[in-house]
Amino acid sequence: MEAAIIGVGLHPFGRFAGKSAMDMAAEATRAALADAGVSWPQVQSGYIGSLEVYNPDAIVARLGLTGMPLRGVFNGCATAGTAVAMAARAIETGEHDLTIAIGMDKHPRGAFAADPSVLGLPAWYGQTGLFLTTHFFGMKINRYMHDHGITLETLAKVAAKNYRNASANEKAWRRTPMSVAEILGSPVLNYPLRQFMYCGPDEGAGAVVLCRADQAHKYTSRPVRVRASTLRSRRLGAFEVHSPWLPAAEYAPSPTVDASREAYEIAGIEPQDVAVAQLQDTDAGSEIIHMAENGLCKDGEQERMIADGETEIGGRLPVNTDGGLIGNGEPIGASGLRQLHELVLQLRGAAGARQVPGSPAVGYAQLYGAPGVAAVTILST
Amino acid sequence: MTGIRQVPVAEGLFTWPSEEPRLIGAQCAGCGMVGFPAGLACARCGSDQFTQKLLPDTGTLWTFTTQGFRPPSPPYDGTDTAESFRPYAVGYVELPGEVVVEARLTEPDPARLSIGQQMRLAIVPYSVTADGTEVVTFAFAPAADRGSAASVAREA
Repeated sequence: MEAAIIGVGLHPFGRFAGKSAMDMAAEATRAALADAGVSWPQVQSGYIGSLEVYNPDAIVARLGLTGMPLRGVFNGCATAGTAVAMAARAIETGEHDLTIAIGMDKHPRGAFAADPSVLGLPAWYGQTGLFLTTHFFGMKINRYMHDHGITLETLAKVAAKNYRNASANEKAWRRTPMSVAEILGSPVLNYPLRQFMYCGPDEGAGAVVLCRADQAHKYTSRPVRVRASTLRSRRLGAFEVHSPWLPAAEYAPSPTVDASREAYEIAGIEPQDVAVAQLQDTDAGSEIIHMAENGLCKDGEQERMIADGETEIGGRLPVNTDGGLIGNGEPIGASGLRQLHELVLQLRGAAGARQVPGSPAVGYAQLYGAPGVAAVTILST
Repeated sequence: MTGIRQVPVAEGLFTWPSEEPRLIGAQCAGCGMVGFPAGLACARCGSDQFTQKLLPDTGTLWTFTTQGFRPPSPPYDGTDTAESFRPYAVGYVELPGEVVVEARLTEPDPARLSIGQQMRLAIVPYSVTADGTEVVTFAFAPAADRGSAASVAREA
């Protein structure tokens, strides 16, 4: 049995002094339940994820102690992809009829800092200054620009687009438009990436209510079908974050490529059918690379596509219409639920000033993060 | 070499002290794949049986980036401060036929680095302990830079 999304809720992303991640998640969950027209006791099971909150499942104390199974999940930046996939799988396998996926986080300011042992890495990797996620993004786009002729100005155009889209999104964090010149003029953090080409860690929460597709019309006139929800880990030979070494003679594509191909196959949908995409833009270079890794263009084609405005709202392939990570920041547990919130609004035709014209029918979401893991979700009307 | 006492950041990473230091890799006894450093299991076949293999000390720069601010500490334990921090570069160097290794680069200026350029292993100090002992780690220097590894590091 296919799963359908009948409700979405999103707490704004940004900084909310004095407000806990769990309070934000409770608000997002109540919004999703209200959107679906269901009450918490009707939810039969759920999946919930967070990096910073030790026991996100403790949220039941704020929503109702119904005894329902609420399982904690974590896959780094792909955490929400797992929460949604598991909530969909519970319906697909017939275990439950109505489920929920919830995500929340409240990160301290600045670059993520942790002991390398939490990722199975040796101490010297952190001591000597190699254990920084952002190095990977700088190095991957540097090589990609070298191989495929992408220019620095194109990276700045991607960031400018995402700030512009965020300015039309009342729930976004970075709502001030920024020019290409301002972005290029910001300090280099990790060559060639400038400060304003990066997303930052922040705070927020999201929730999605799902039910059996054949019952969805009891709750909503505009259900959104979950056509595929996949997750893949890195293979030997893939160039991945936090890799002290790689084999010289073996090559494998990113787990994004693997998760994407599997998702298209399960969904029976082709890349050219995608009408709106939410891609992991940890930095502007990642959005460019992920366009190709998700089959949405060929390597190098992005230079022309972005110059022609094809990824803008109103373009042939709108990408990160709500501002993406650059415009919203990244509360890790919630980031993928923000993507699905935006896709559901777009497929319902309810995205307001950000609405993609022409009644988009297929939405695509991708997450990528440590330790080399990617999740893809494909939705359709 | 001066009289300054030096210790490696970790044992088993590179031969030290040595006039011609080399990274210490591990060759899987099961499938023959070479990895770095000696790991818990072969990334290809899962075997935990290895033999030591010294890696080539020259290679080509596969990609690189820079670190423009002092990394969060811990885990970083360089003795610099946010004010005295000097930007450094990081890259992946392909050691022909063996592995592609991630390492600090002695050249911090991206304008003087390019993908495909020849690089040579250098053992460099990156931190100093309370008693003045230098903690050294492995890095790669542009092969065109002549002189000993230590002098390259001090210029950088």
